[in-house]
Amino acid sequence: MSAFVGKYADELIKTAKYIATPGKGILAADESTGTIGKRFSSINVENIESNRQALRELLFTSPGAFPCLSGVILFEETLYQKASDGKPFVDLLQENGVIPGIKVDKGVVDLAGTNGETTTQGLDSLGARCQEYYKAGARFAKWRAVLKIGATEPSELSIQENAKGLARYAIICQENGLVPIVEPEVLTDGSHDIKKCAAVTETVLAAVYKALNDHHVLLEGTLLKPNMVTPGSDSPKVAPEVIAEYTVTALRRTVPPAVPGIVFLSGGQSEEEATLNLNAMNKLDVLKPWTLTFSFGRALQQSTLKAWAGKTENVANAQATFLARCKANSEATLGKYTGDASGDSAASESLFVKGYKY
Amino acid sequence: MSCFTSKFADELITNAAYIGTPGKGILAADESTGTIGKRLSSINVENVESNRRALRELLFTTPGALPCLSGVILFEETLYQKSSNGKPFVDILKEEGVLPGIKVDKGTVELAGTNGETTTQGLDGLGERCKKYYEAGARFAKWRAVLKIGENEPSELAIHENAYGLARYAVICQENGLVPIVEPEILVDGSHDIHKCTAVTERVLAACYKALSDHHVLLEGTLLKPNMVTPGSESAKVAPEVIAEHTLRALQRTVPAAVPAIVFLSGGQSEEEATRNLNAMNKLKTKKPWSLSFSFGRALQQSTLKTWGGKEENVKKAQEAFLVRCKANSEATLGTYKGDAKLGEGAAESLHVKDYKY
Repeated sequence: MSAFVGKYADELIKTAKYIATPGKGILAADESTGTIGKRFSSINVENIESNRQALRELLFTSPGAFPCLSGVILFEETLYQKASDGKPFVDLLQENGVIPGIKVDKGVVDLAGTNGETTTQGLDSLGARCQEYYKAGARFAKWRAVLKIGATEPSELSIQENAKGLARYAIICQENGLVPIVEPEVLTDGSHDIKKCAAVTETVLAAVYKALNDHHVLLEGTLLKPNMVTPGSDSPKVAPEVIAEYTVTALRRTVPPAVPGIVFLSGGQSEEEATLNLNAMNKLDVLKPWTLTFSFGRALQQSTLKAWAGKTENVANAQATFLARCKANSEATLGKYTGDASGDSAASESLFVKGYKY
Repeated sequence: MSCFTSKFADELITNAAYIGTPGKGILAADESTGTIGKRLSSINVENVESNRRALRELLFTTPGALPCLSGVILFEETLYQKSSNGKPFVDILKEEGVLPGIKVDKGTVELAGTNGETTTQGLDGLGERCKKYYEAGARFAKWRAVLKIGENEPSELAIHENAYGLARYAVICQENGLVPIVEPEILVDGSHDIHKCTAVTERVLAACYKALSDHHVLLEGTLLKPNMVTPGSESAKVAPEVIAEHTLRALQRTVPAAVPAIVFLSGGQSEEEATRNLNAMNKLKTKKPWSLSFSFGRALQQSTLKTWGGKEENVKKAQEAFLVRCKANSEATLGTYKGDAKLGEGAAESLHVKDYKY
């Protein structure tokens, strides 16, 4: 086979397909300790383990939220945490039809000789780590590669390094029973127009799929987590229908039909923007051989975080807020969102942070 | 856009989509003077222009055949020929809704340092030639790249040279209004099994689509003409359903949904085999975002040639034989072929010639 068919092949295909179930998507709750610290400080909450545990418990015990989710991406610490009644988070998720996933990359480092471009690290002993995560209950993984648009960016070096890193990570995951989410994020930062973003996204995705083929990755057992195609952050916004058209066109030109699902990142979009854009894509009347769903972090948690503010008495309210976003995005995967989710002002707030570092 | 913006973009997209119309396919009648000579000598017919013209007139005036065809690939000589009543072949085709196409490559040459691998030539002055062909009525083109399976073949050099030759040809065609048929033929010669053919086909197609992306080709305005995935010519045959399964899987893993249609070459398959395999593919319930049709040369003309034998008095019977194959393949594109086509003389005969040189 051109694709590596190891002992986990059937399971990988089944898991990837399940994650891509229409009506469901992924909650990206894999913020590293450093990153979650920034979120906490914005709501004046101390960055200690019990608070990190409390936040995730709030999310994972939100009544009615689970049916909207097929997976949750966790940070390593969370994979081994328990709810306050002693039940491991992993069991809580699995019992409710939500597959636990694990962030496995170790962040980005600069590529010398470039203009601030990066590559992602984390390949050392990745196989052994994946085996441990599988034992702990994880069934999919995530690795974030980052590219930027500039006068001479992304460079060929950056595209090649990030594509190959993703491919190597992907095959190692598959060798060890984890469905790899392939995430080549092209940052929104910049004053470029949507056409530029489309061109770069297509070039990057073409390189990614060539690399995956070179590394014998089984595409039916993977998921793609791309950016939506949008104008740069310093450029005028466009309608969701325009974003939908450019995004789906780019994907139709590059993502082989064997990939079961595409789970978009939200980047710096507000909760409402991300949902409206996803909805527009699913309404678009054009042939799409993969399902289109979400893998949102900030765009699912922003208003929930604000509503919680670290206080136990706010938990029920925060959970209702979280449920509203989950339902909205679930509807968006079916093209049925009517834009009437709780009109929280936080939902429309842009989550864009220039030069955002995870 | 990642693809370049051609003034012919809309026309290319319309024509490519039309060629992929379910129920229709392509007659490859582009045999060079040398190649048609071999065919004619096998039926004891002299290789002179009037005979070459007479054969093509026989095909193009077959009652009921043209509705089964969306295009005919022609050799340069034929593009400028007329029927016996003085009507240009190009007009006869166009009036019946059949797009004229033109073979533009100039054959293969060996790659030094390899074990008999080749690359295809024809890029010099290609733009000018395409312009002239467009003026003469052609609306699509074809370029055949050839790879072989062996101990160490296809080599990375052969894959790269052929993929990038195809990409360069494709974008030059699009600059000049011709839809490029991208044909990376992997020869069936050899004793390898179907899994080997699958692996090589996936690798070659992945390289092709990377090259097309690098060269800014508009995928919506192209067609793919691949080999079906089969065991080697010296290996045991398998059922059409098996060929269909392996072929579809390889295509799902490599061909973006933006490509409107895949028009298979028949290689050395008999007329009946080629039709049954195409039929099985269209019956298979699996993801197929492109239409699946034919671009057959030998597999449409073999029994017709034998029946004609170069004799005027045989024209009517030869045309009936041709119509039988056209209808059978038209049904195969719809998955409705029942295998009951009246087999003409030689319809079940393998057309494989070891190490076939066009």
